[in-house]
Amino acid sequence: MNVFQGKTWVFGDDIDTDAIIPARYLTTQDPKILAAHCMEDAEPDFPKKVQPGDIIVGGKNFGCGSSREHAPIAISGAGVSLVIAESFARIFFRNAINIGLPIVECPQAVSGCENGHTLQVDLAAGVVKNLTLNESYEAVAFPDFMQEIIQAGGLIGFVKRQTGGEK
Amino acid sequence: MGMTITEKILAKHAGRQKLEAGELINAKVDMVLGNDVTAPLAIQEFERIGVKTVFDPAKIALVPDHFTPNKDIQSAEQAKIMREFARRHDIVHYFEVGRMGIEHCLLPELGIVLPGHVVIGADSHTCTYGALGAFATGVGSTDMAAAMATGEAWFRVPETILFVYRGELKPWVSGKDLILYTIGLIGVDGARYMSMEFTGEAIEGLSQDARFTMANMAIEAGAKNGIFIPDAVTENYVRQRAKGNYEFYVSDPDAHYKKVIEIDVSGIEPQVAFPHLPENARGIGDVGEVAVDQVVIGSCTNGRIEDLEIAASILQGKTVAANVRLIVIPGTQAIYLEALNQGLIEIFINAGAAVSTPTCGPCLGGHMGILAKGERAVATTNRNFVGRMGHPESEVYLSGPAVAAASAVTGYITSPQDVVKEGA
Ligand code: SF4
Repeated sequence: MNVFQGKTWVFGDDIDTDAIIPARYLTTQDPKILAAHCMEDAEPDFPKKVQPGDIIVGGKNFGCGSSREHAPIAISGAGVSLVIAESFARIFFRNAINIGLPIVECPQAVSGCENGHTLQVDLAAGVVKNLTLNESYEAVAFPDFMQEIIQAGGLIGFVKRQTGGEK
Repeated sequence: MGMTITEKILAKHAGRQKLEAGELINAKVDMVLGNDVTAPLAIQEFERIGVKTVFDPAKIALVPDHFTPNKDIQSAEQAKIMREFARRHDIVHYFEVGRMGIEHCLLPELGIVLPGHVVIGADSHTCTYGALGAFATGVGSTDMAAAMATGEAWFRVPETILFVYRGELKPWVSGKDLILYTIGLIGVDGARYMSMEFTGEAIEGLSQDARFTMANMAIEAGAKNGIFIPDAVTENYVRQRAKGNYEFYVSDPDAHYKKVIEIDVSGIEPQVAFPHLPENARGIGDVGEVAVDQVVIGSCTNGRIEDLEIAASILQGKTVAANVRLIVIPGTQAIYLEALNQGLIEIFINAGAAVSTPTCGPCLGGHMGILAKGERAVATTNRNFVGRMGHPESEVYLSGPAVAAASAVTGYITSPQDVVKEGA
């Protein structure tokens, strides 16, 4: 359930939210429309070629820039199962957790990873495997509080429980 | 051990005597903000929570500023979602076109974000209000939705980097130059997850407008918030405007800082950040010859009255270079009116500039000045990412209003000193 496996799309450092989804498409919140333009300024082929389950691999400060939640929504709308990066910008980090897009901080997995490698990520165990390179790495664990949000399917599920909105 | 101003404000809002960096807390918020891009998504999520009312209709601000006056049918539909939500929930601080402004210029101007407040906004530049000694940070739409329902938000208490600015500023150097220089020094993730506390004698002399500019760009260094210790300048700014109570917090002398960075400002020239990252800052002397097609003076970074005054002081009696489009966008209606009364708008129009109603517009590549392939702009905005102002092969150079205005006159990125000398 918590194990993801997919082919990688590798991007560099400081991938900003304008690269993930340019502002010219922010007049909608439809995941499908957003997904059709995801990453297109950084890698024009991405929206056409990305396959369900693929994994995005970023360098440091992935998702820097604006607070647009359209960025993680575009990524998950494109069918990407998970984003691994050396580090994440804080609002993107928050947004991904809040909408239930799995993200993992794992610098070792990022260095040496190339386009088209196959990664296997066990979120619960915090283990990332590069099946192409036959290597295994330890990921940074989430604090308990964030795990609770993830388990609730995102912040809305979590707040529903708190406010009694869900009976 | 003492606490920083950020820790103190968060402790107060979490109902705690003391807390430390790294702790996860739940804090009450004094204001929750959203705009025409982020609020519609937040409203959709709010509806999923299943509560009937917002936690407090007076503590939510909804500002249609990004694609307004609406640029197309889709953006009109988005704005309508927000407008109807505001009516349905009697949101006190909803601002219609004609009464609105760029959110981060507007909220402080109206005195609805104040010193000591905790503010979250579904907009990354919410950190602007730290200039008043508030804890203010950007979040996403889902966070906004949750806060509209509960009046609370979760935070990891950030560590703080203390910046101490010493010495005297050179002519034409202001808040934008200091913050670009600082981001150049530490990089776009130099303060990731952290608080940037701006202090020192050079800061004490800065106007409130210049402080907004600096706090505004804390996010461009990856920070959670940027903050100033409130003083007489702050008091002067908020006294007339405050629509509620406020409190001045100060950092304890024995507060813990992750790092202290001392900066001698006396050698800092007007700064220009080259494409495609705000950290690519250079002194104006090291820019070389960079011709520009467009100049934008505006945004939540530099669309305030002081910025327009600086720009007008350079453009007075001059004309915009033949190959350049100068677009001036006052941050709010009040700033627009003040500029009109001061005769600044006349100076801009006589110089050959287009002056627009308040909007984010070109800052995020929305409308009102989108760049074509291969075009280059110098802008007083805050981001120069690939495609930020239009075509992915266009370029944005960031500067303060003085360099921007001077560049509009010559057609290439220019030191204000050179233009003013020429004219004298
Ligand atoms: S002016 Fe630019 S940076 Fe500021 S809120 Fe608007 S789009 Fe964002």
